[in-house]
Amino acid sequence: MAVSLEFIKDYLQEELGDKLSSAVLAVGELTLDVPASQWLEVCRFLRHDDMLDCAQLTDLCGVDYLTYGDAEWDVTTASRSGFSRAVQAGEADPFDFGEQDGESAFAGKRFAVVIHLLSVSRNIRIRVRTRCDDNDFPVIPSLVEVWSSANWYEREAFDLFGIMFAGHPDLRRILTDYGFVGHPFRKDFPLIGHVEMRYDAAQKRVIYEPVSIEARILVPRTIRADQHFFPAVERED
Amino acid sequence: MPEIRNFTLNFGPAHPAAHGVLRLVLEMDGETIVRADPHIGLLHRGTEKLAESKPYNQSIGYMDRLDYVSMMCNEHGYVLAIEKLLGITPPERALYIRTMFDEITRILNHLLWIGAHALDVGAMTMFLYAFREREDLMDAYEAVSGARLHATYYRPGGVYRDLPDVMPQFLPNRFRTEAEAKRLNANRGGSLLDFLEDFTNRFPGYVDEYETLLTDNRIWKQRLVGIGVVSPERALQLGFSGAMLRGSGVEWDLRKKQPYAAYDKMDFDIPVGVQGDSYDRYLVRVEEMRQSNRIIQQCIQWLRVNPGAVMLEDSKVAPPKRGEMKQDMEALIQHFKLMTEGYCLPEGEAYAAVEHPKGEFGCYIVSDGANKPYRLKVRAPGFAHLSALDEMTKGHMLADVVAIIGTQDIVFGEVDR
Repeated sequence: MAVSLEFIKDYLQEELGDKLSSAVLAVGELTLDVPASQWLEVCRFLRHDDMLDCAQLTDLCGVDYLTYGDAEWDVTTASRSGFSRAVQAGEADPFDFGEQDGESAFAGKRFAVVIHLLSVSRNIRIRVRTRCDDNDFPVIPSLVEVWSSANWYEREAFDLFGIMFAGHPDLRRILTDYGFVGHPFRKDFPLIGHVEMRYDAAQKRVIYEPVSIEARILVPRTIRADQHFFPAVERED
Repeated sequence: MPEIRNFTLNFGPAHPAAHGVLRLVLEMDGETIVRADPHIGLLHRGTEKLAESKPYNQSIGYMDRLDYVSMMCNEHGYVLAIEKLLGITPPERALYIRTMFDEITRILNHLLWIGAHALDVGAMTMFLYAFREREDLMDAYEAVSGARLHATYYRPGGVYRDLPDVMPQFLPNRFRTEAEAKRLNANRGGSLLDFLEDFTNRFPGYVDEYETLLTDNRIWKQRLVGIGVVSPERALQLGFSGAMLRGSGVEWDLRKKQPYAAYDKMDFDIPVGVQGDSYDRYLVRVEEMRQSNRIIQQCIQWLRVNPGAVMLEDSKVAPPKRGEMKQDMEALIQHFKLMTEGYCLPEGEAYAAVEHPKGEFGCYIVSDGANKPYRLKVRAPGFAHLSALDEMTKGHMLADVVAIIGTQDIVFGEVDR
């Protein structure tokens, strides 16, 4: 039996009440925002509720909201000398983040965990997101007991973002190299990385060195307000 | 009494049966697997991070390189997510072309899978047979995109260009005689659609050949029946999708349940397994090849009689025509802006999934309104499948590990991303 997402949204708002921060329906997808304290409880409900029956966790991923909405090129204002130049020196240097007080400048909760649920019997997808409370040591309860497939996805989110999943049976790095330092998908981790490796003929082993290449921005990141496609997406103005 | 204890076996990362760069740490009790710990990430290229630093269109090529045996299906998932957020729908002809190439890709993938799987289990011939047919399909890729593997053919708003009217020809050279070239060109006289139609007429016969070699083969059945059994409940719980889920008896196919492209207009069946073992998954995939063949035939019929645009005429996402650019200043500016800065997606997020040959391939895009994705998450089917390797191999023999890796249809480009 297929049910509409509007119905599911109303149903969830009724059942979960203030356990949800928000439930938004956009581009045909339902997104629930849940406070970290309710994470496990809401997920258990979605899994076991007969009405929803979200038997499958399709995907779990981390998101780092540190630079959300930051553009490298201001295209909205012009001074007397014209529009700003694309990449200002020192502004978008990936090495600058964190070392200066970039992190303290960010006020909100930085790390989010997003899951995509699939209900095979109802043919619906639900996205649930939560933000970790602590930016320096993000912790969130593990979902392994609810969905087995969360196991590797949580290891991946831990590896790439450094999000800790409390109660995970085996929280090891999964994608990065043995002995890797840092969490590469964080926005303050440079794209070019910190170290490069090569075989050293004299020492007869592989050695790690600081990267020799320079970080460059090929195409600046721009945010344009005069959106050609804006009407297509429902916006909550 | 000497102390008896389990020993640990290192399998891979450069083992011919490991399908790439899988490193398995196997804890063995005699020849029985007690625990399998896959170490992945040896092919991690940080595709998602790279995509964050590039305008949307420039990452399409990276998608090909995720699952490098089903290239266009990966692109499809990515462009669908972009289209969803932009709120655009490609012209109908583009949808049919995508459907057709998705199915060509499915056959390509399943041919490689059946070849590699049979080779792992000990049947050499299958590999040679499968690659014979892959050649024709890769020629179709080449004819339409110029590349045999990494096509970059799908674009947000349609496909790169229309199907060609002539097939590229083989020329005689030092290594190929006149007669040989003539033989190779025999079915390349017409358009790409003629070439593909000829292929679809031959292909069911080829699948029969594979089945005579394998389906009732005693050794094949001994190696696959009852190996890696997964119940439907566990299959859902473990995040299985595609043939892995259907092999366990769950009737779930995104092409039917959440149709995209032109699948709602196609007539095809979804094979479902009963036992949930490796043999059922083999049967499901073989039947999928036959069904894909049917879908390709239907697409060819439609594409023959319905010419039209294959790309949206919207200069925000599609480059202007070459001729226009030489006459028109505006077109030149549009082209320059599109090729350098690209286009901005509205702020928001979208998840689009396609029925990839291996399962559900999804792209989750978070956009903050910029010309690059804020976050791109690729949901690769193989990642979830491989995470269940421990559970599937537990209690089996060492040789069965190879059969189970084969039945999972693992490709490391997508697992490691």
